Amino acid sequence: MFRLGYLARKLAILALTLLAVATFNFILFRVLPGNPIQLQARAGNLSPEAIQRLREIYGLDQPLISQYFIYLRDVFTGQFGMSITYQRPVVDIIAERMLNTLILLSAATVLVIVLGIGLGIVAAARRGSRIDSSVVVGALVFWSLPTFWTGLILIFIFGAFLNVLPVSGTSTPGVDFTSPIASLADLARHLVLPTITLALVDIGQFVVITRSSLVDVLTEDYILTAKAKGLSRRQVVWRHGVRNALLPVVTTTALYVGLTIGGAIQVETVFSWPGMGALMYDAVLRRDYPILEATFFIFALVVIAANFVSDLLYQVLDPRVREA
Amino acid sequence: MSWLSPETRAGIRRTAGLVWEDRLGRVGLILLGSTLVVAVLGPIIFPFDPQDFGKTAADILSPPSAVHWLGTDELGRDVFRATIAGARLSLLIGLVATAISIIVGATIGIAAGYRLGFLDSLLMRITDFFLVLPALPLIIVLAALFGQSTVVLVLVIGLTSWPSTARIVRSQVLSLRERQFITRVRSLGATDYRIVTSHILSNVLPLIFANTVLVIAGSILAEATLAFLGLGDPVHVSWGTMLHFAFDSGATGRGAWWYVLPPGIGIVVVVLGFVLAGHTLDRILNPRLRSR
Repeated sequence: MFRLGYLARKLAILALTLLAVATFNFILFRVLPGNPIQLQARAGNLSPEAIQRLREIYGLDQPLISQYFIYLRDVFTGQFGMSITYQRPVVDIIAERMLNTLILLSAATVLVIVLGIGLGIVAAARRGSRIDSSVVVGALVFWSLPTFWTGLILIFIFGAFLNVLPVSGTSTPGVDFTSPIASLADLARHLVLPTITLALVDIGQFVVITRSSLVDVLTEDYILTAKAKGLSRRQVVWRHGVRNALLPVVTTTALYVGLTIGGAIQVETVFSWPGMGALMYDAVLRRDYPILEATFFIFALVVIAANFVSDLLYQVLDPRVREA
Repeated sequence: MSWLSPETRAGIRRTAGLVWEDRLGRVGLILLGSTLVVAVLGPIIFPFDPQDFGKTAADILSPPSAVHWLGTDELGRDVFRATIAGARLSLLIGLVATAISIIVGATIGIAAGYRLGFLDSLLMRITDFFLVLPALPLIIVLAALFGQSTVVLVLVIGLTSWPSTARIVRSQVLSLRERQFITRVRSLGATDYRIVTSHILSNVLPLIFANTVLVIAGSILAEATLAFLGLGDPVHVSWGTMLHFAFDSGATGRGAWWYVLPPGIGIVVVVLGFVLAGHTLDRILNPRLRSR
């Protein structure tokens, strides 16, 4: 599959990046003016004794370098401290929220990848046609939509005016579901609008990149050869074009993970979807710094992991990179 | 623009002409032109007073009427005038944040590409690190830590969006520094400072122009999103803060479409204008695609 040396180098870079993120977090939340104690003292009226006690809990009375190592140990063992607003360990709160975000993001990602790549292929295969230009214009328009506003508009249309779909939460309140299937169906109905919002805004990028990548490939000499051999257009586009054009799309998918996390924060806020994004929004509003710190750290980990996986995938898919 | 060489100025004029000839590019330029007119003249013709609250209960969240063309917000203020005032702020924040981002990105890109060696690898590791961090969570955290003011907002957006510019500039500088005209100037005894300021910079800037236009679109969206999430400056009305208060006050839940549509359409018009212009510029400045 790939050479061990390459894998080892990638793993080393991954480890360094993780360390860098943790260090960055440490500097942001502990070293810069505005460490959690100062911030909490600013937010509420803490007595000097309470501040002293908090300083001990967070280890702020120790030298910076040992604070750093304590911080690293805590972060990589998932100890993010106590939430200020919930008065519970941050890890427990995040564990409850994680699944909801995963459900939302998976649904949106499937929709975006299938529709985005599909439309991109259709547009590139008929480059210059009316279909092509409408797909491109549509992609650019959706690209320009603010995610949160798109959500608000969909709430208006489907919630307030048509009243056909639920616009808030993950389940209908006050309903006892007789079977797990009924409860899943209810969840699916709640999932429709948030998923469509996320997908609508994110799809543009996929369409544009798939299209330009396929257009690039379709002007290569070997495509001309394939056409000259008398292959049908379908065979040329799919067998010779799409296969090679999808490589840059793999990289896009990794970038998309970072993008869609930003989208999830907005969509979860607008639709009151109880996931990590809404948690981060609440943490901002209530200045709950331990939660803010933990959600940011986890989001960064996810994006770094996605980049790592896409790097490896690229190796598997593209023999040229593998040899180099 | 007198600091640009005559050839560069002619190049910019020619490029602008090419954008205008493209159908999508022209739509983009028209959208941008009209926004600029509204942002510059609008607040003079229709001044907005953020303290001009409604006098009676009927003034609160009232639908469009002859007095309030686009209705009123939850405090009884005129939505039409607020939207026009928002145009100026949103555009201004987008432009200043982009200027910061381009200056930082270009400086780092030129330093890395021109100096190479250790400085290059150090700067590129830093760039890659910021490239990989999820953008919105990062600016949310920074804005939440450093307070709610327009200045902080502009700085945070500008200082987080430079990595892609740095990457593009670096790759351009890498190919420029080996070109004959640069090696000739160097052999004539020109200092590095002179080579960078009068030869590299003028050749790099036109190439990052398309990227700059797209960065503006991203900065305006970022400002709107941060403001919507409650991290904007509550004193200054931008489209994002309007939508924040529309959502927060429950106006969206009560179907006050006149409050939610105008600021959102404003954002879409400006961002789409920059995206269309940037997309067209990219095709023009990237000659490999121009022939297709």
